[in-house]
Amino acid sequence: MRGDVPPSRLRLHDLGGEALAGLLQRPGRSALTLLGVMLGIGSFVAIVGIAQTASGQIGKQFNVLQATQAYVFDVGAAQSSAPTVDFPPDADALADRIHGVTAAGVYWAVRFKQAAVSAYASGFLASQRALPVTAASPGLLAAAGVKLAGGTLFNQFHETRAQNVAVLGESAAAGLGITSLENQPAIFIDGQPFTVIGIIASSQRLPQLGVGVTVPESTALRLWGPPAHEQAQMLIHTTLGAAKVVAEQAPVAIRPDNPALLKGAAAPSAVQLQHNVSTSLNTLFLTLAGIALVVGAVGIANTTLVAVLERAGEIGLRRALGARPRHIGIQFLTESTALGLFGGLIGASLGVVTILAITIYRHWTALLDPRIVIAAPVAGAAVGLLAGLYPALRASLLEPADALRR
Amino acid sequence: MTTGGGAAGEPVIRLRSVAYTYRGPPPVSALKPTSLVIGRGEHVAITGPSGSGKSTLLNLLGLLDKPTHGTIEIDGIDVGAAPERERAAVRAHRIGFVFQAFHLLPYRTSIENVMLAQVYSDEPRRRRRAAAMAALAQVGLADRADALPTALSGGERQRVAIARALVNRPSLLMCDEPTGNLDTATTHELTDLLESLHREGTTLVVITHNPVVAGRAQRQIAIRDGQLTEHPPARGTRAFPGS
Repeated sequence: MRGDVPPSRLRLHDLGGEALAGLLQRPGRSALTLLGVMLGIGSFVAIVGIAQTASGQIGKQFNVLQATQAYVFDVGAAQSSAPTVDFPPDADALADRIHGVTAAGVYWAVRFKQAAVSAYASGFLASQRALPVTAASPGLLAAAGVKLAGGTLFNQFHETRAQNVAVLGESAAAGLGITSLENQPAIFIDGQPFTVIGIIASSQRLPQLGVGVTVPESTALRLWGPPAHEQAQMLIHTTLGAAKVVAEQAPVAIRPDNPALLKGAAAPSAVQLQHNVSTSLNTLFLTLAGIALVVGAVGIANTTLVAVLERAGEIGLRRALGARPRHIGIQFLTESTALGLFGGLIGASLGVVTILAITIYRHWTALLDPRIVIAAPVAGAAVGLLAGLYPALRASLLEPADALRR
Repeated sequence: MTTGGGAAGEPVIRLRSVAYTYRGPPPVSALKPTSLVIGRGEHVAITGPSGSGKSTLLNLLGLLDKPTHGTIEIDGIDVGAAPERERAAVRAHRIGFVFQAFHLLPYRTSIENVMLAQVYSDEPRRRRRAAAMAALAQVGLADRADALPTALSGGERQRVAIARALVNRPSLLMCDEPTGNLDTATTHELTDLLESLHREGTTLVVITHNPVVAGRAQRQIAIRDGQLTEHPPARGTRAFPGS
């Protein structure tokens, strides 16, 4: 019988089976233990996903159109008791002098008590339309990036003479039964006749121009007076990167006598603010997720250590059956790693579900880097592996004779 | 070294001047220098009061501990000072253990407990169940293969443990107080089983302080204060103070 004794082994599938059996011995405890990792990984995935989704939303708003756009608000009119327009008639030209301005124009929405636009003087009810009416300076049509479907836009000539001319949005024209401009069709706004001189196909920066009626600013002032509810404002189209500086300079350039009446704003600033807020919130939540993960790791370490002490008899038995110290160590390491892996898997799934729930509720498009979803269980397993190192070492160093006596 | 006892053949286990001293302070000599030979097929009982060094001897014979002096050979392989890798291999393939506390895993059935011994001996998976079933049949428990330990009586649990010790066909069966947790009737049953295993050729070393169990062995070795004496002395001295 003397001779070579084959070495004792622990095959991979046996290791997996033994580790799984070890975990399933106390399923309740295992479930509670992986809760910490689950929460940590889950909140991590959810926060990263929501941050990515939110920045996707911001990205949608923050495009090149907005980066080249500034506003000037009529804060003086907002504070005055009587309706007024604080933009001078030559505001377009004054704004154009600012370096970096491509086009600028003043506009406001004209409000009527009832639907005011009709194709006929006395009007059949059927053709009356609740169309938005916008008063605009000629420069606005350029600043808004209007594209014509037909005819022409009104210009400084119409403006200075306060002529009754109008441009219609394409859908508004169709609604009013206007298909051709050849016969100089007329429409009636609040009973006043206007000649339709152009049809707008689209308006990049002010979409309402594409669906409503736009008339010269001076005409609106002459017929209906300054706006009572919403103040006039100026839209400025700038070169790329100039929006912020232009917004600062515009009030002085337009009203050097009293710049305080006007207030300039570059569009992305509000978006920027929102981004900053969400970034600091993310840092807070990520810290909390990190804490949850550390607590989860401590939980796994603790449970595994308790299991090592509790199962000393089993460890002694395994050693008597031929297990080497490393076989014992790797079994407990596998158990803790599996706990971390399962915690990571469940956490990642819950994180994705959370992201979906939030994005569906907010009508957002869910965005999540798939690498995060793959990395999450791996991170969980790594946490479990680290947490199991010390207990596994303790287990492998147990003397079999001592262990069997416990 | 001559052999004794009818079926005894070449030595399964040979101790040469083996001694064990617990490192102090103060150092305690748990086993005085001892030489001992156990031949193949022998049935040896080791008796002694607690604290006499029985457990130390068992741990040394079972390769669960290393002697501080001397050499231990099992099947002619010097394993006393061998690295753990080699000692674990010998435990897996050549030694079967039976403990007083059974040491069955509570969440596994009888056959799964038996099959645990085949994990480390690297028995091919497809052969495990049949071999475990054969071992259970050998101890008369084939019909309880799928029972959990909690559903077994004390005697049945110990028989499962014996099946687990036998499943790798070891050269040596080491029993540490195998009847310590059992009542008198069950003790008799179990002693009968051990005796039948001996008749079938298993080499048995039983550590016990039950005189009934010890009385069934061919050789009785007493241990007291770390000193071995054999009564009656076998033909040729097997246990004697070491050189």
